[in-house]
Amino acid sequence: MSIDRTILPIELQQVVFAPRDQVLLGPINLTLGAHARTVIMGANGSGKSLLLRLCHGLIAPTSGVIRCGEQAGDPQTACIRKRQAMVFQRPVMMRRSVRGNVLYALRLRGVRGSRAEQLTQQALALVGLEALAKRSARVLSGGEQQRLALARAWVIRPEVLFLDEPTASLDPDATTAVEAAVQRFAEQGTRIIMTTHSTSQARRIADMGIWLDQGQVTQHDPLVRRTL
Amino acid sequence: MLDAFAGAAGLLLTGDPTLTHIVGLSLRVSLSAVLVASVLALPVGAALALFRFPGRTGVVVLLNALMGLPPVVAGLIVYILLSRAGPLGSLGLLFTPQAMVIVQSLLIFPIVAALTRQMVSDLWVEYREQLTSLGASRVRAIPSLLWDARFSLVTALLAGFGRAVAEVGAVLIVGGNIDGVTRVMTTAIALETNKGNLSLALALGVILMGLTLAVNAVAFAVGEFSRRRYGV
Repeated sequence: MSIDRTILPIELQQVVFAPRDQVLLGPINLTLGAHARTVIMGANGSGKSLLLRLCHGLIAPTSGVIRCGEQAGDPQTACIRKRQAMVFQRPVMMRRSVRGNVLYALRLRGVRGSRAEQLTQQALALVGLEALAKRSARVLSGGEQQRLALARAWVIRPEVLFLDEPTASLDPDATTAVEAAVQRFAEQGTRIIMTTHSTSQARRIADMGIWLDQGQVTQHDPLVRRTL
Repeated sequence: MLDAFAGAAGLLLTGDPTLTHIVGLSLRVSLSAVLVASVLALPVGAALALFRFPGRTGVVVLLNALMGLPPVVAGLIVYILLSRAGPLGSLGLLFTPQAMVIVQSLLIFPIVAALTRQMVSDLWVEYREQLTSLGASRVRAIPSLLWDARFSLVTALLAGFGRAVAEVGAVLIVGGNIDGVTRVMTTAIALETNKGNLSLALALGVILMGLTLAVNAVAFAVGEFSRRRYGV
């Protein structure tokens, strides 16, 4: 999990995503990751989630280039994806315990034994779930599941963490808990790139805002952050 | 008729040695067949769910069709393979319990593989982005998906066991229904009914029905447990 070469900044050059000749995103020219916390805003269907998936390498652009760092290739290269993590709007909880979900992410990177246990405990403590470690992940509340998804993503110590509307379906208390966890991750050095509908949330979390409209970047400005 | 029921009850209550041997052999053969078939069918089913290759659709259709493979046809195929003049005749397996395991495995394999493919396919739709994001290749995703589908897969294995233990035609062809060697519950019921020995046939029938009920009860219990424990 060591980071010997940075995958930052993430540069999108003339990136277009157009399945079946229908342009859903782009062309986009954008540099991400220069700031600690970047928020991407826009209405439903504006292309926020697509942009995150492209940067994370879950889908490939129809045209254009995505570069991660000076010498790295596109994000679909596994070694780059290993230094990124993503939390989805609806987190997928694997059918195992809270602890088992976090350990699984570590096992995929070859981390096992006492080291894996130690990292798992740290990650669960950071999101306040250590008391629920033995509980089945799928019976947690929505907010708890989202915090577990954050812990599972962060435990691999990603250089960049993509968050796709992580608080979209949560109540205010759960939203606060998730935002606090995100802030702690950022303080530990992980770059946060997050989508949201909420301008107020963007101001609480981010120091850079990107606005998308119909698949195009319309604005790209620093934000004045409010303390949580 | 009442005498037959009374005789069957007597055999069951006294634990008749012939009865227990037949039941024991049936369970050994069918459980072995489930084990052999599962070792092959689980990864094959999962791989079919995850990988795309030329001819995949044909393989899936064939697998689904083979779920209804007539047992006598399976028996005939294995008989030809294992008969003295057949390609595997030198192994000397015809009319042995091993031949019965082979033919039952052949019958169970498509059931377990096809059901596994469907279950893993459904789970892959849910897990694909998450596992890819976590860094799992498709090959590495296979054991994870099989583990997470474990409660559903138990039902597939039990369906396979149910098919095997209730099967008569195939084991009759390759086993020969030899007393004390290859006689299992279904072939014994057919033989004893023909002979007019309804007591033993009825006793075996009761056990077979009990097994069928037990298999369904276990499948139901596993489903309920997984719903309560994992919310699925």
